[in-house]
Amino acid sequence: MLRAKEYIIEKVLFLCALITILTTIGIILVLSIEAVIFFSEVSIIDFVTDTQWTPLFTKKHFGILPLLSGTMLTTLIAIAVALPIGLSIAIYLNEFSPKGFRKSIKPLLELLAAVPTVVYGFFALMVVTPFLQMIIPGLSGFNALSAGMVMGIMIIPFVTSLSEDALFAVPKSLREASYGMGSTRLQTSFNVTVPAASSGIIVSVILALSRAIGETMIVAIAAGQQPRLTFDPTVPIETITAYIVQVSLGDVQHGTLEYRTIFAAGITLFIFTFILNNISFFIRKKYQQRYE
Amino acid sequence: MNNAKINKAKDKAFQMWGIFCTFLGLVLLAVFIGAIIKDGILRIDWQFLTSLPSRKPENAGILTAMMGSLWILGLTAIVAIPLGIGAAIYLEEYSKKSRFASLLEINISNLAGVPSIIYGLLGLEIFVRLLKFGPSVLAGSFTLSLLILPIIIVATREAIKAVPKTIKEASFAMGATKWQTMWNQILPASFGGILTGVILALSRAVGETAPLIVIGALAYVPFTPSSPMDEFSVLPIQIFNWVSRPQHGFVINAAAAIIILLLVTFTMNAIAVYFRNKWQKKVNW
Repeated sequence: MLRAKEYIIEKVLFLCALITILTTIGIILVLSIEAVIFFSEVSIIDFVTDTQWTPLFTKKHFGILPLLSGTMLTTLIAIAVALPIGLSIAIYLNEFSPKGFRKSIKPLLELLAAVPTVVYGFFALMVVTPFLQMIIPGLSGFNALSAGMVMGIMIIPFVTSLSEDALFAVPKSLREASYGMGSTRLQTSFNVTVPAASSGIIVSVILALSRAIGETMIVAIAAGQQPRLTFDPTVPIETITAYIVQVSLGDVQHGTLEYRTIFAAGITLFIFTFILNNISFFIRKKYQQRYE
Repeated sequence: MNNAKINKAKDKAFQMWGIFCTFLGLVLLAVFIGAIIKDGILRIDWQFLTSLPSRKPENAGILTAMMGSLWILGLTAIVAIPLGIGAAIYLEEYSKKSRFASLLEINISNLAGVPSIIYGLLGLEIFVRLLKFGPSVLAGSFTLSLLILPIIIVATREAIKAVPKTIKEASFAMGATKWQTMWNQILPASFGGILTGVILALSRAVGETAPLIVIGALAYVPFTPSSPMDEFSVLPIQIFNWVSRPQHGFVINAAAAIIILLLVTFTMNAIAVYFRNKWQKKVNW
């Protein structure tokens, strides 16, 4: 009786774990089935080489490049903000700050990632853009710059928390040897601990990149809805994610080519984040036990 | 100045820069929230909390969005908590170190990195269309459950791992079965950690917008949901809708709704941090 109960419980728990596998299979199937139908109507060559994306207009173009450039632009701006700040915080907390400070500031920093992204979108559109317009006169009301910057603030905790873990894992002996040679804390950080923790720091940056690529609401609110192939951060653009939101809000009929464009865009997004996530996973696995 | 002095000065300079960076994000967040409170606090009154959406900003309210968020929160919790904890227990205590176990592990780490909007596409095809739930509360909750599952699983595994092996071994030595050990010893001992993870995951679900827009949740729903099959709106979608309107009155409404939303997510985060600290202090193995 007891054994039967144990057996059933194990199977139930197994089913719970299986749901995660089914989710992945579901995502891949859903995206690829719709995308395959899409690419039977639109040539894949056009998809990756056409420089215009106008599926909702009468003269239709299906070039993903404008959406990709918009996504890359906002992502790069976000990383340009988050990497130096996030890494500096990690180094400061690990090598400079008093112990108690580190403990009490960490939950506060995590708060930055807990704010819903729609709220950040509001910040970007209503606070940051008007402020930037005072400095940059030609700045459009919707632009990649303010969306990217606010996104950067949002992903600071991602960079900080993983980099900090990596720095923390560097053995004390390395650090003390450096101090013993007469190095300052700064020299120790940049010549010893940061290089030693580089794999962890790279992982944190990759994950932050993947997070920025998939971020939706900030760019949907503040970056505009005009797909264009440009790297000018002052004009309205559109990202892959913002396009999916735009179509979802409209009344595009199920089963039409326009409807399938969101899956073609979705699979492109998925492939990029999938590659980045796996790279980071393997770096983490490979270098995890280097110092143990 | 000699070399040592220059190095000392650089060291001090970096320290200042580090302090500056640490507070930069927080100060900006404070400025943002200050601006929002200034815009929206006066708009929050009984009428705003109990009115349906409207084309006139001064008549509009967040009743339907708030009730929608509550429905979504409740149903998502019912679906995601048992599934997540169950999966974590399986991974931590039952799965042998097999190929399948490591596949599960890579898979969960991957799912945690999938953009939320992709979950929206999954929910749209599977729950809304294939299972014919329509753009209902049920479809929304299932979608968000899948989205937060990896968070709950990771947090639960951490909490279970933190329980010392001796407790488990003592329980086995008394003749307890695997599940008895799990249910009577390990789960109670890791309760605080699991609770923290669950609350953080649910707070993420409350703030999610994109996947719900994709599955077809609307901004304008003139009634509060009364069953899981009803259409719905949630606070973030209502905010998004108001932000995208040109009239200034709606911007004020958006700011007011943001104050309510932030109140909810910050409270949930505070509760989570409280449990984490309390649990860490109490359990000192």
